[in-house]
Amino acid sequence: MSAYQFRNLSTVLIGFSLLVCWAGAADKVLQIDGSTTVGPLGDAFAEVFKELHPDVSITVKKTGSGDGAAALIDGRCDIAMMSRFMKDKEFQQAIEKGVYPVAHVIAMDGVCIVVHPSNPISELRMDQVRDIYMGKITNWKELGGPDMPIVPVSRDTSSGTYESFHSMVMNNEKMAPNVEYVNSNPQAHARIRSTPGAIGYVGIGFLDRYVKPLKINGVTPTRSTIAKGIYPVSRPLFLFTNGYPKLGSIVHAFCTFYLTEKGQEIIEAKGFVPLTEY
Amino acid sequence: MTTAVSQSDEAVRFPRPLRLTFRDDLRSTLLSWFVKSFLFVVTFCSVAAVLLIFVFVIRQAAPFFTESGVSPRERITEFLTSRRWFPEHQAHPEYGILAIIAGSFYVTVTSLLIAVPTGLLAAVFLSDIASFRTRQVCKPLIEILAAIPSVAYGVFAVMVVAPWLQKHLGFSTGTNALNASIILSIMAMPTIISVAEDALTAVGREIREASYGLGATRAETLLRVVIPAAHSGILAAVILGMMRAVGETMVVWMASGNATQIPSPWWDLSQSVRTMTATIAGELGEVPQGTIHFHSLFAIGLVLLIFTFCLNLLSEHFILQMKKSKR
Repeated sequence: MSAYQFRNLSTVLIGFSLLVCWAGAADKVLQIDGSTTVGPLGDAFAEVFKELHPDVSITVKKTGSGDGAAALIDGRCDIAMMSRFMKDKEFQQAIEKGVYPVAHVIAMDGVCIVVHPSNPISELRMDQVRDIYMGKITNWKELGGPDMPIVPVSRDTSSGTYESFHSMVMNNEKMAPNVEYVNSNPQAHARIRSTPGAIGYVGIGFLDRYVKPLKINGVTPTRSTIAKGIYPVSRPLFLFTNGYPKLGSIVHAFCTFYLTEKGQEIIEAKGFVPLTEY
Repeated sequence: MTTAVSQSDEAVRFPRPLRLTFRDDLRSTLLSWFVKSFLFVVTFCSVAAVLLIFVFVIRQAAPFFTESGVSPRERITEFLTSRRWFPEHQAHPEYGILAIIAGSFYVTVTSLLIAVPTGLLAAVFLSDIASFRTRQVCKPLIEILAAIPSVAYGVFAVMVVAPWLQKHLGFSTGTNALNASIILSIMAMPTIISVAEDALTAVGREIREASYGLGATRAETLLRVVIPAAHSGILAAVILGMMRAVGETMVVWMASGNATQIPSPWWDLSQSVRTMTATIAGELGEVPQGTIHFHSLFAIGLVLLIFTFCLNLLSEHFILQMKKSKR
């Protein structure tokens, strides 16, 4: 075989094998989209999955709960990560397009109400928190603290964490106009950390020595009080699929991965509360 | 094809071998045709992009104004005159952006109040006072300011400026109108300095010399002759800086606090405000698509687009004036 022929042949072979690889990869693509809160879990799960199933390519996009739901409804993703349950309107849209959303609860998250560590207040009732966010209480001295204006900080109104806070703490009452909005857990954390008069809420994974969690109705937010649902502001985190995934399929394996020991470890490592912890 | 005609004219005046002329002619005609059509396509694409953006925003905003059960007039009145913004509320959503428009206004005006005098002084320094060498060093450095990503400015605002304001000025919250304005003014500065400096340099040397010749001092020449002569260029600089401040998103989202309120008393910059850009950026990502909330964000975008479009027209007008006066 002459060098020329050999080169020709090898070009064809390489081209062909590339084509096969590409076609093979295109066969098994798992697309995941949705909440920025659930995102770290999705990422960590996907990493383990890439090792277990090297022939599957997994993409994880973190665009927000609302976008995740829209992507599932439009068929742009296989699994939607959501930090809230689907809304009626979204269900309606899904059914109209022939998509039947099924929820998988993979972990619990506590929405911890936090203040600056220098704040002597360490316990509030739900109605006091509500009054603060409705603008009825505006100074810490009204709650027995120092004479310092309260700076209420909230997540932006479209986030899943806001949704939980709004329904569980605020009873769907509208917040006062002076409430400040930030658009992520780290930003909320940064604001509380740097503002002595601030009060805000973050996921339990964001508790550290720079912010102080408050007891709500006498309950401290810990992994056990959140898993048991004793802490009043706990919420489940979801994966949504179109119909219950086919048993043995890659989607099914992904949605039930939280039940494995490795899955539990990841959930704890990312600062959430495993469902199986009692 | 005008080029072809002029080429053949030339060929008549300076006779050359016939075949060569013909080939040259064909080639240059073809080439000029290709260049022309290529430039036309490129220009057309950019114009089309602008028009399509307008069409897209208007189409996405339309359902907000035509929602059944509410008359468009009521909707527009609420939209522009109410200061209550609760678009996500399940039972009683409210869509008033007066406070949000006011927030954009507050932040823009305050940042201009800081950036325009500082920027103008810097421009005067660079064009008339600084030595050639200083200028060579300073100008690129100032232009680097424009190249820093806005997220970096935002982090600086939250981590450095906000705690500083709280500690030294006694504000209860550091992310407020003043914080956002300070950062925005730094971001608008390169535009203002660079355009104003161009305008000042463009004022002819003879005008300055005439002024000195009449016995005016350097300060008098600058204040009474050079700056008035460059006024349209300076106005253009101010408007371009203003557009930078109005359109900036990431920094105001991080630095302004995003409370939907009009400060009371009205001059109190230590209170947090929310701008139009920040509202869109903060809410669009997670809002369920196709809802009225989703479309209301595009309605805000439309208001913003109309506003910046008008500003743009104004600045075009002043730049045109500057060019005329230069001639």
